[in-house]
Amino acid sequence: MKEVLRADKINKYFRDPVLFHVLKDISFSIQEGDFVSIMGKSGCGKSTLLYILSTMDTDYEGELYLQGEKLSGKSGKELSYVRNAHIGFVFQFHYLLPEFSVLENVMLPAKKLGKKSLQEIEDDAMAKLKLLGVDKHALKKASRVSGGEKQRIAIARALINEPAIIMCDEPTGNLDSKNSSIVFDLFDELSTEKNIALLVVTHDEDFAQKTHKIITMEDGRIVSS
Amino acid sequence: MDYRVILGISTTHLISRLKQSITASLGVTFGIAAFIILVSFMTGLNGMLDGLILNRTPHIHLYNQITPSEEQPVDLYDSFEESFNVVHSVKPKRSQSRIHNALPIINYLEGKKEVKGVVPQLLAQVFYISGSIELNGLVHGVDIMEEDRLFNLGDYIVEGSAEDLARSENGIILGAGVARKMSVQLGDIIQITTVSGDIFSLKIVGLYESGLADIDDVQSYTNLKNAQKIMGKSADYITDINVKLYDINDAVPLSKQLNKQFDIAAVDINSANARFETGSSIRNLITYAVSFTLLIVAGFGIYNILNMLIYEKMNDIAILKATGFSGLDVKMIFLAEALIIGVVGGVVGLIIGYLVSVLIDHTPFETEALPTIKTFPVNFQASYYVIGIFFALITTFFAGYLPASRAENIDPVEIIRGQ
Ligand SMILES: Nc1ncnc2c1ncn2[C@@H]1O[C@H](COP(=O)(O)OP(=O)(O)OP(=O)(O)O)[C@@H](O)[C@H]1O
Ligand SMILES: [Mg+2]
Repeated sequence: MKEVLRADKINKYFRDPVLFHVLKDISFSIQEGDFVSIMGKSGCGKSTLLYILSTMDTDYEGELYLQGEKLSGKSGKELSYVRNAHIGFVFQFHYLLPEFSVLENVMLPAKKLGKKSLQEIEDDAMAKLKLLGVDKHALKKASRVSGGEKQRIAIARALINEPAIIMCDEPTGNLDSKNSSIVFDLFDELSTEKNIALLVVTHDEDFAQKTHKIITMEDGRIVSS
Repeated sequence: MDYRVILGISTTHLISRLKQSITASLGVTFGIAAFIILVSFMTGLNGMLDGLILNRTPHIHLYNQITPSEEQPVDLYDSFEESFNVVHSVKPKRSQSRIHNALPIINYLEGKKEVKGVVPQLLAQVFYISGSIELNGLVHGVDIMEEDRLFNLGDYIVEGSAEDLARSENGIILGAGVARKMSVQLGDIIQITTVSGDIFSLKIVGLYESGLADIDDVQSYTNLKNAQKIMGKSADYITDINVKLYDINDAVPLSKQLNKQFDIAAVDINSANARFETGSSIRNLITYAVSFTLLIVAGFGIYNILNMLIYEKMNDIAILKATGFSGLDVKMIFLAEALIIGVVGGVVGLIIGYLVSVLIDHTPFETEALPTIKTFPVNFQASYYVIGIFFALITTFFAGYLPASRAENIDPVEIIRGQ
């Protein structure tokens, strides 16, 4: 099995308003096809860790590797490319561009990557939307679909560039149990069939229990994994 | 990265808030249209005034200035060399006002490559006589066809033509003011007397109106030969030489050179019309200042609208950055929006400016003073349109740069956490 993501002794401090050691010596790794959940009390630093792992936050100590390649110290432009090509995101609040159609939202990261023709990208995007059962909304404006649908569209967007890892911050936080289990089944399928690594922050005990591995955090430390 | 992706996002932003986008570009439209209208009209006006005076003025005017001699007889006398001599009431020596070496000077000038043409003249003081009235006058003996070619005299001949004079032996083109005062008209015969008392009859073959009463009330034109005959002088009797050059900038050095080389008074157009240039450049300055002010106002409008847009679009910016768009991409998106506003507003401004200029160009503008002008003068010069669009791009670029840089530096984590 190939290693996808490795965190090595990550420490993070907030300096404002007071010095606050929010992440302490975080080390772990995720392999291809792993489906890992992160749990912990509110405020223990889960989101903060996810922002670092997703390369959006570069203000930390320690080292981060993606598929063996060291990410710490890379320029903002290089990290943008890494995010675009290899990392997919799903946030608790479904972030879509409201003025664009659902289809365009899903296509955008692939257009940015620029590896495929427009037609191929469109076909891919339709396929991802179908996979998540929201293809009938493809031509609607993103501001005109429901919350649960938005969440699934956001997942389709995270999949568009065939990333090595998908990170989610409470992806089922505002979904009902039916939609929540749809999302779980999809993630499970992605990890077992497509060999994509999944890292999911969640407060949902049932959801976490069904994943392959649970990392538990307390006060900025990993206490069990 | 494909710029079309960026442009696609920019245009979607602009189209989805069409009203704001239109307001922003209207500011630019207004500034550019004002610039085009002002500059076309102002330079048209300048051109007309230039035409009125500068085109009619020889680039170099040569004549024989009668001045008292610098050297008085007492200076030649050795015994007084050491003393302080005072000579009262120095007067110029009586001499002719002709240019002594006119023919060699004309030959010399005609051979020079920067010279467009040379017109020898004979200026004769006369009285116009009609019945019992005697009017002071000045007859120009000229080669009328050359005078027309070089100094556009024909534009000011309101009745008859330059050719009529060239064909007739004893014709005269009379200033319109003179004709009015003496109540004579085309085809009439008038008499003139010279200073020495000879009387001649001349046929009026044309009337001339420059718009400047001082000139129209005294001047008239006749053929050089005829003027020489009137004055009882030989064919080489010439009092003035007017020179037209290809490039007006050669006037100063050439006139200095002629002054030295031929010992003759030479006035160049720059010193004759220094005031004039100042007027033109002040008009230009006003044009640019007004247009620039309008554009700066438009620029602030764009700056505001973009700032607001970026504030509203914080989430979009965070998403774009999270999904792999770099800070530079985001900056380009907003800069492109500013430039699209600039290009659209600017092009519409050029079109409106052009249309209004055409309208002005067709607006009747008739005045006694300017007989050749029928409509307002407008200068349709392509370079002003290039400057205009350049102006539009520069202002919108600067107006967009700050907000776009702000968008570039937005930290997506802060936005996402802020939800
Ligand atoms: N910008 C900041 N400046 C200072 N402190 C911060 C900042 N952002 C977060 N914190 C603090 O860091 C700690 C960890 O925050 P984080 O958002 O990672 O928690 P979390 O584990 O995701 O909690 P939740 O489960 O409620 O989402 C919290 O105590 C929070 O108050
Ligand atoms: Mg959190």
